[in-house]
Amino acid sequence: MSDALWYFARGSGVISLVLLTVVVALGIGSRSGKPAFGLPRFAVSLLHRNAALLSVVFVAGHVISLLFDPYAQLRLFDVVLPFVGNYRPVWQGFGTLAFDLLVAIVVTSLLRHRLGARTWRVVHWLAYLCWPVALMHGLGTGSDNGTWWLWTISIACAVAVVAAIGWRLSTGFSRFPARAERQVAPRLRKELEEVR
Amino acid sequence: MKLHVDWTACDGRGVCTELLEEMLVEDDWGFPVARDGQRSPAVPPPLEGAAKQAVDRCPMLALKLIAR
Amino acid sequence: MTSVAEAAVGRVERRLLDGELGLDAHLARHGRLPLLDGSQIIGMARDSGLTGRGGAGFPVWRKLSAVAEAGDGSAVVVANGAEGEPASGKDRALLAYQPNLVLDGLQLVAAATKARAAHLYAPKAALAPLRALLEARRVAGLDRMSVTLQAAPDAFVSGEESAVVSALNGRGAVPADKRIRVIQAGVGGSPTLVQNVETLAHLALIARYGAGWFLSAGTADEPGTFLATISGAVRRPGVVEAGYGVPLGELIAAVGGATMRLQAVLIGGYHGGWVPADPALPVSRQALEPYGASPGAGVLVALPAGACGLGETARIAGYLADQVAGQCGPCINGLPRMAATLADLAARRPRAGLAAEAERLARLVSGRGACHHPDGTARLVLSAMRMFQADVAAHLNGRCLATEGYR
Repeated sequence: MSDALWYFARGSGVISLVLLTVVVALGIGSRSGKPAFGLPRFAVSLLHRNAALLSVVFVAGHVISLLFDPYAQLRLFDVVLPFVGNYRPVWQGFGTLAFDLLVAIVVTSLLRHRLGARTWRVVHWLAYLCWPVALMHGLGTGSDNGTWWLWTISIACAVAVVAAIGWRLSTGFSRFPARAERQVAPRLRKELEEVR
Repeated sequence: MKLHVDWTACDGRGVCTELLEEMLVEDDWGFPVARDGQRSPAVPPPLEGAAKQAVDRCPMLALKLIAR
Repeated sequence: MTSVAEAAVGRVERRLLDGELGLDAHLARHGRLPLLDGSQIIGMARDSGLTGRGGAGFPVWRKLSAVAEAGDGSAVVVANGAEGEPASGKDRALLAYQPNLVLDGLQLVAAATKARAAHLYAPKAALAPLRALLEARRVAGLDRMSVTLQAAPDAFVSGEESAVVSALNGRGAVPADKRIRVIQAGVGGSPTLVQNVETLAHLALIARYGAGWFLSAGTADEPGTFLATISGAVRRPGVVEAGYGVPLGELIAAVGGATMRLQAVLIGGYHGGWVPADPALPVSRQALEPYGASPGAGVLVALPAGACGLGETARIAGYLADQVAGQCGPCINGLPRMAATLADLAARRPRAGLAAEAERLARLVSGRGACHHPDGTARLVLSAMRMFQADVAAHLNGRCLATEGYR
């Protein structure tokens, strides 16, 4: 039974990483405003959201299975408090940190119509921290680190995200390169001044 | 129901023009234009579901459905 | 720019700008404000048919009662003297010559809405002299509500209602989305009344002389007088007061007449429309409607026969494109493109579909912004394309009727 938990924890962790990679790539793709990966824009957006929700399910499975796993010795507060674990505290801590960030990003996204675009966007930028931290967690901890297949998966994930970021930063990213940037005119930005 | 665009938020990402192509087209710069030329175009009942999805999916939260 | 017509001619009147300068002269001439309660003030605004003089022409009493109802003691009132329009000088003139009427009016709307705060928002230069006046009024016991003076940035859109509120909230004078209106949630989130300074001055006179007196000027549908700022090819450009419906010729005569034959007049300012220079044309909303124009904030620019209407319109469109707030995509992209298209037309750089393109862009930007800046700019361009139709045809053939003396 405890072996089953350990296998499940490892498998769900790897699947989570792959899903998060898909989420990040689709998120960058949806930012472009172009149909990305052969999908219409709204489909990119929906897939981005649904893959993210699915990754939450796998991450939850990953964490819960480890809570009951006798080898991992994960305590309840290790789930939220990073870098204080018994087993490889730094590498496990990355996992905790990525988990916290993921929860923040998902919760604010689910509530974004209530929170407003600005708050939501600021938190959403944490995705660029969450994903590499999750990647490092996978590479550094567990009994699969150093295996050829985990390296292959991790490198494939990294290539996907780096390629997406490269596309994001390229000149061909925007649909309308000639479009004027929306920016408030400095003449209107003046501080309010009371005449006394 | 009518579709209201907050132009101070809209960034012309083009999700709404895909979901509501019966109502909206893109202008020269990718910002939505109502086909009927109205400031806040009326949403015909068959499109209400699509309109709700457009409001939900707008990456800038620039769309609202308003009564009136 | 702020010269004031000296004598009443025909239907040109002197109500707002008449009288000597100073608080003593003001009190000697008009006396103190009568004590009126909120419903009396709103009732008097309704009976007089007073409309906003900032350009939109909305009935004052409606806004007053909406803010009074929504405010419930927390409302904020703002006298708006931010005159971003370069061709307008009437608010500056009013604040320079008869600021007491504006301040009286501000007290009236503060009382009518049971406001908790009152602001006067205007260019800094116009506010500086008012500091001492506010002190004198306080000493004389004239102002129940203290007034803060807030400097408005010198920019075209800085006087737009939601931009005024945004400026007072410390977020810059940028127009806001209108889904939530400032009469519901404005300064500090409170229901807010923003009224043009001229509107408030009218209210101060109505409080003393009655709605009936106000109704004795203007037309039945558009009662009262308005301040007009007249510039262009006239002898003494400046500010004139007249009742709505005043013939265009009388307004021009009041500023010394035209310096040369006129071909057209821009009415309603840079967001207005071109009308023929017909001296008999009444300046009223109703009479100007067929031309797509309206008196707006009373701005008139007289175009002489030798000047090219397309060139002048292109110059104004370029200015307006430069004055976009920068928030709304269709405006920040569309206005420069529209202005450039018009500039090509004005400079006789014809290409296939040039005129149609200018009109297409004007229709494209209309109604697609947080404020009416794109709509107003489009209105000006469309009215120029109509009014100067013959010039458009000539320009497309490389000719200019005006500068070649055919007009």
